[in-house]
Amino acid sequence: MFEDRTGRMPSDSPALLNPFDRLRVAITGGTSGLGLALVRELLTRGAEVAFVARGRDRVRQVEERYPNAHGIVGDVSRKDQTYPLAMQIAAALGGVDVLINNASDLGPPGLALLADTDCEDFERAIATNLFGPFRLTKALLGSLAASAREGRGAVVLNVSSDAAVSAYPRWGAYGASKAALQHMSRIWNAELGAEGIAVLAMDPGDMDTPMHAAAVPDADPADLKRPETAARELVEVVAEVLLRRGTAYELQCEAVR
Amino acid sequence: MTAASVPSQRPADARLLAVDRDGRIRHAARTDFVRLLRPGDLVVANDAATLPASLVGEHSRSGRRIELRLAGRSSLALDHVRFRAVVFGLGDFHMRTEDRPLPPALAEGDRLALGPLRATVTCVHAPRLVTVHFHGRPSEVWAGLANHGRPIQYAHVPVPLAIWDSWTPIAGNAVAFEPPSAGFVLDWQTIGALKAAGVRFATITHAAGISSTGDAALDGLLPFDEPYRVPELTALAIADARKRGDRVIAVGTTVVRALEHAAAADGLVHAGDGLATNRLGPLSRLRVVDALLSGTHERGSSHHELLRAFAGEEIIDRMDHELNARGYLTHEFGDSVFLERQPAGAQTLA
Repeated sequence: MFEDRTGRMPSDSPALLNPFDRLRVAITGGTSGLGLALVRELLTRGAEVAFVARGRDRVRQVEERYPNAHGIVGDVSRKDQTYPLAMQIAAALGGVDVLINNASDLGPPGLALLADTDCEDFERAIATNLFGPFRLTKALLGSLAASAREGRGAVVLNVSSDAAVSAYPRWGAYGASKAALQHMSRIWNAELGAEGIAVLAMDPGDMDTPMHAAAVPDADPADLKRPETAARELVEVVAEVLLRRGTAYELQCEAVR
Repeated sequence: MTAASVPSQRPADARLLAVDRDGRIRHAARTDFVRLLRPGDLVVANDAATLPASLVGEHSRSGRRIELRLAGRSSLALDHVRFRAVVFGLGDFHMRTEDRPLPPALAEGDRLALGPLRATVTCVHAPRLVTVHFHGRPSEVWAGLANHGRPIQYAHVPVPLAIWDSWTPIAGNAVAFEPPSAGFVLDWQTIGALKAAGVRFATITHAAGISSTGDAALDGLLPFDEPYRVPELTALAIADARKRGDRVIAVGTTVVRALEHAAAADGLVHAGDGLATNRLGPLSRLRVVDALLSGTHERGSSHHELLRAFAGEEIIDRMDHELNARGYLTHEFGDSVFLERQPAGAQTLA
C-alpha cells in the first residue's frame, strides 16, 4: 500500500497521499531560475504543469526538454494579455488547482537608489510583481473556485522576497512591489477563505538564479540557495495546505451525502 | 424592449422582475436578488468562460474578407477543435447581423486564414453555416483564438468589447461562444451573500451557443447542440436539494437546458459530460429546476420559449407587458427576470 506506484514519488511519502498527483498547476516565469525549478519539481511529483514566459524560443526549449509541460507565451505585466493567458492555461490543463505567480521584475536594471530610479522602471516592477499576479489570479478565480468546490485545490502561491520586509538600499522598486504583493496576498487570503482558496506569499530565500545575478553580479554562488532546494521547500508548503484542504473537503462531502 | 447598449455587467440601477409560483409579479433592484431566496435553496450557475469566438480573416480561394463566428462544438474535450460556425462577408459588428452580406460561396475543403489560425471547411450546411476544423496542435489553436479572437458582439453595443466584458466573475474554462450572461450578477460579494443567507451554490459548465445568426431560417434552428459538464458535487447537491424539498434555482437558460437534459433519462441529474440536444418550451415538463434567474428575452426567441416552460401563457403575457411598460432593458447587459415554476398542471390551465 505504501509502495511507490508511479516511480515519481519521493520515497518517504506514501503515493496515496501525494497531493500533486494529476494536480493542475500554472507557473509564471517558468523558463529560468526558481520558475523552471518549480516546473521540474512539480512534474516529478506527478502534477500537470502549464508555464508562462515571455520568450517564445525559451518556452519552446523548455517544452522540448519537458514534453509533459504546457508552454504558453505571454507577458503577465501586460493587461491585455491577462485573459488570453488565463484562457490558454485553463485550456491546457482543463482547469486550475494551483497558481504560482513567480514572474518578477527587478525594477531598474542593475538596481538603483530610489532617488535614481526612473518612474518607468518602477512602474514595470509594479506591473509585473503586483498587477500581474492580481490580474491573473482574478482571471483564474473562477477556475480556482471550481477546483475548491470539487475538493481538488485551490492554492495561489505568490513568490515574495525578504526585500518585501527589510529596507535594502537599491532594492526600492522591487522591495516596495513585493511588499504590496505580500500584503495583497494576506488580504486576498482573508477574503477567499470562504471560497476555499488559500493565498500565500512566500520568500524563497536568496538563490543562485539569473535574476539574482542581475541584481548582485559579484555574489558567491556558494553562499546562495540552489533554486531546486527553494522549489522543493515551496512545494512542501503548498502540499501541507492541500492536504489540510483535502480533509475539509471530505468532511463537506460527508455533510452533503 | 430597448437593448442595453453599455457593456456593464452589474449596472447599479439594474432591475429585476420577479414572478412567484402563483404568478404574482413584483419589481425589485437586481442587487436584491438574494432576498428572493430561502435558506436551503440551491443556486446553480454556469461557470463557462466565453471564447473570443469572432475571427476575422480571409477565404483563401476567393481572397475575400470574412468574419467567422464560432457557434457550436459537440464536445468539451480539450483536443476537440472542430466547430460549427456562422460566416459573414464584409462589415463588422456595427452592422446589424441580418444586414450583413453573405460570405463568398463556401465549399467543402476550402481553406480559411484567420490571423495566426488556419482552418478547413469540412461541411457546408447553409451559405452562412459551416463546420470548420482548425489545423495544428490544440495548444496552438487555443493560443490563436486567445490572441486573435474577439468576443462576438452585436450592433446594440456600439463600443468594441474586451474579453473581460464577456467573462462572468465565476468564469473558468473558455467553452461558451457567447457569455452565459445571467451570471454577470454573480460577483464574489453576491456569492458570499448567498452563503451567508444559507443558500447553497454549485456550478456546471455549459458551452452556451450563439444567440443570433442573422438568418431567420438558421435562427429557427437555435439553440444548436451544446456540450456540458456536471461536476459530481453539483449532482450530489441537486439530489440533496430534491430530497429535502428545497428549490433548485438556475442562473441562466443554459443551466436549465443542461440540468433538464442530464435528468432526461430518469429525472435524476447525473454527473459527467453530456450534449444538450433538447429544446424547452411551453409543453416541456421541468423535472429539476424550480426557478430561473435570467435576462429579459424577446418574444419569439428560443430563450423566450424556454421561459414558457416555467409559466403559462397568461403569466408570460403579463410579464412581457410589464417589462415593456416599465422600460426594462434587454440583451446580455440588460435587466433580469426571476421566474418561479408554476405548480404542475397550472401551466395548461392558465
